[in-house]
Amino acid sequence: MAATQEEIVAGLAEIVNEIAGIPVEDVQLDKSFTDDLDVDSLSMVEVVVAAEERFDVKIPDEDVKNLKTVGDATDYILKHQG
Amino acid sequence: MAKIKPSKGAPYARILGVGGYRPTRVVPNEVILETIDSSDEWIRSRSGIETRHWANDEETVAAMSIEASGKAIADAGISAEQIGGVIVSTVSHFKQTPAVATEIADKLGTAKAAAFDISAGCAGFGYGLTLAKGMIVEGSAEYVLVIGVERLSDLTDLEDRATAFLFGDGAGAVVVGPAQEPGIGPTVWGSEGDKSETIKQTVPWTDYRSGEVAKFPAITQEGQAVFRWAVFEMAKVAKEALDAAGISAEDLDVFIPHQANERIIDSMVKTLKLPESVTVARDVRTTGNTSAASIPLAMERLLATGEAKSGDTALVIGFGAGLVYAATVVTLP
Repeated sequence: MAATQEEIVAGLAEIVNEIAGIPVEDVQLDKSFTDDLDVDSLSMVEVVVAAEERFDVKIPDEDVKNLKTVGDATDYILKHQG
Repeated sequence: MAKIKPSKGAPYARILGVGGYRPTRVVPNEVILETIDSSDEWIRSRSGIETRHWANDEETVAAMSIEASGKAIADAGISAEQIGGVIVSTVSHFKQTPAVATEIADKLGTAKAAAFDISAGCAGFGYGLTLAKGMIVEGSAEYVLVIGVERLSDLTDLEDRATAFLFGDGAGAVVVGPAQEPGIGPTVWGSEGDKSETIKQTVPWTDYRSGEVAKFPAITQEGQAVFRWAVFEMAKVAKEALDAAGISAEDLDVFIPHQANERIIDSMVKTLKLPESVTVARDVRTTGNTSAASIPLAMERLLATGEAKSGDTALVIGFGAGLVYAATVVTLP
């Protein structure tokens, strides 16, 4: 069954917490991965790969650069999840 | 029909000696910051690199190779005349004809060893090692020298903030010879030419010669795409090489991945779930990315510092421009 927006944000929060050590409660829709959550371009790849596995979605390299905020990633996963 | 006599090789092959050469000039991040807008902290956090070596005019591809090879031959306890093959992997020898391997074979004092260059980017050491093993087991050479050597500073765009800090120069060499037990496992290797754009030389030499482009060619890469491929796809290849050799992660003593970037190394170790008991090569910190030279250079350093010892079981994996890759399990010399 497809994940809801809430479930996706919660899942991304766990992933960001594991990769960058950011508290899960800080991971909100309006937060920028780079500026607010200490996720640099390489960690972002790790976040993307973990999200692909968790939500059964493919996020190609050329789309990764458009995912600036947690909201961008959530919308992308909502739209593309299998 | 006349019957052709078959060649007779050794039952197995192994690495018998290793040697390295690092150019005398040590280049700290401060020097890189003269031409790019970045910071020491940024470079260290994205790559782990603190310093790298850059070659001077005398430290040519041939000169560095001869130094590294001399040490490898001494370490193997053989003489240069016993070497029947010299394989040089490089992408930064700018006089392509004749192959630089022939000059190296001659200056080392080999007895007219077969000598040739190969181009397999950062997977070059594994490609060379696989060829050497084949030559020894098939019987066309008893001892083969495999050299990875680069002067990547000549192919670095010092104004590109994504790559200016990455590359270094140096040479690493191993002597491969006959063995009674397998010392080099099955190689898991391949190419993915559909991803040729991810790491490449900016333009062909001929475009520079004709004046079509004013800037000397350099190596450029798509950082995120390379990172994803290197960490996640190469972890699968590394696992296949372990399985092919019948070695579990617990059996492994040492992990020597191509020294591309410490972040790639960290993520690979995590993805492969290597136990803490495995020693991981992190030569990239003070050597930078030296492409084909990185694995033998890292191997030499681990043995020299005592972090690894002769007889240890090591997983080596190279990956890079092509894209190409090669992974195998070896017994350290």
